[in-house]
Amino acid sequence: MLIRTDTPLPYSEITPESHYLNRRHFIRTTAIAAAGLVAGCGLDDPALAQAAFPDVRKGPFGTDEKQNSWEEITGYNNFYEFGTDKSDPARYAGRMTVRPWTVKVDGLVDKPGDYAVDDIIRDSELEERVYRLRCVEAWSMVIPWIGLPLASFLKRVSPQSKAKFVEFTTLMRPSEMRGVRSRVLDWPYTEGLRLDEALHPLTILAVGLYGRVLPNQNGAPIRLVVPWKYGFKSIKSIVRIRLTEKQPATAWNRMAPHEYGFYSNVNPEVDHPRWTQSRERRIGELFRNRPTLMFNGYGDQVASLYAGMDLKKNY
Amino acid sequence: MILFLRVAVFVACLVPALVLGWNTWLLYSGAGGDLGINPIETLTHQTGQWALRLLLVTLAITPIRRLTGWNAIIRFRRMLGLYAFFYAILHLSVWMVFDHFFTLSTMVEDIAKRPFITMGTLALLLMLPLALTSTTWAIRRLGRRWQQLHRLVYASAIAAVVHFIWKEKVIIDETMTYAAILAALLLVRVAFAWRRRNLAR
Repeated sequence: MLIRTDTPLPYSEITPESHYLNRRHFIRTTAIAAAGLVAGCGLDDPALAQAAFPDVRKGPFGTDEKQNSWEEITGYNNFYEFGTDKSDPARYAGRMTVRPWTVKVDGLVDKPGDYAVDDIIRDSELEERVYRLRCVEAWSMVIPWIGLPLASFLKRVSPQSKAKFVEFTTLMRPSEMRGVRSRVLDWPYTEGLRLDEALHPLTILAVGLYGRVLPNQNGAPIRLVVPWKYGFKSIKSIVRIRLTEKQPATAWNRMAPHEYGFYSNVNPEVDHPRWTQSRERRIGELFRNRPTLMFNGYGDQVASLYAGMDLKKNY
Repeated sequence: MILFLRVAVFVACLVPALVLGWNTWLLYSGAGGDLGINPIETLTHQTGQWALRLLLVTLAITPIRRLTGWNAIIRFRRMLGLYAFFYAILHLSVWMVFDHFFTLSTMVEDIAKRPFITMGTLALLLMLPLALTSTTWAIRRLGRRWQQLHRLVYASAIAAVVHFIWKEKVIIDETMTYAAILAALLLVRVAFAWRRRNLAR
């Protein structure tokens, strides 16, 4: 019987620093290889992926709220490329091959190109970020992501001065994604951020979860997490990042423009046309009685980005 | 024979509620259960789904009767209709308790401001007089007006399907299937009425 544990491995603070760094490098390279193998097989066994990110330090902005369980986070997903039921991604995303995987960076950058996801991981300072995620459907979770600040990656590719927005694109591979055959959304899934939102320290590219490799249904191998916006803006399984001058089109806005805006900041005062956004249900709790927080509780960090903006118009 | 069938149908209609009840009990007592990661959404969806399904089955009785000549099938219609109402009440109860915690003000706000909830409320309200006049006494008492009153079931079914479609973020197979079935059941009736009018000329 495999021993499963939901707690991340302890941080090695007592090891001499030189040993710690060398060991970390060694573990990381072998872990990446192992993760690649595991992820490439489409396996989702947490015990096998357990050693994937062993020495990740705790990042800033984390919350102390009770984290949702591995089962909840990996079993209840909106990833319509695999079907519209919440259990479809867990059931069908295993078919997605996540290695080899490159993120094509283009548009208004000085260093465009195809960046291998393993190189991105290897060259980054990974951190654990425990964030709230608030879905537009009025449910939420608390998730311990492993990732890197998007800003650090963007700095590496060197945006040009004319760049004002960042556009992201998800994989579209009909042979591995059964949901893509139905035109429920306009594929491929695209999302976008204003450049200052993209460079904000809260915004991360996530590659792991609970110390383990990001499962396919959660957007493997690399996804965005923008915790102060509705969950659909945290685009999954990114294959392309493009810097643009014009505001990019986004999938849900194309689908229903008066329901889903470009900004989609979590805002209890701006209701969805068809349901209220003033309360939410935390997964694990039974009652939908949690008051929704402005900017999902990250107002201190991000409110200044929208100073002077009418958030009812710029929903 | 008919009695056996009626008992069988009675039990069959009760099964979904029993399964949901059993799983709710398991969840409540900490033993897990099969309601999934968002149990309230599962309960809401399942009760609503069975209300709609039974409503559609009720609407299929007369077409089946006319097409097969099996008149006795009419004896199942009341039970099926009342069961549809029963599941609709369960559906409403889950919403009242777990989405609103009995808070009347937020319930009223939802009903007034969220079109899909307005539709759902309408669908249920239209069922209420039908449930209340489902007794043999009422059928006898109302006579021809009973038949007219119970035409409200068409409006209720349409409201229920629209409620479901408007609740979903996108067009999904499930809602479209129910819409197609309802459309077919209504068209059959139109066809029958048209044929009857032509024959009468």
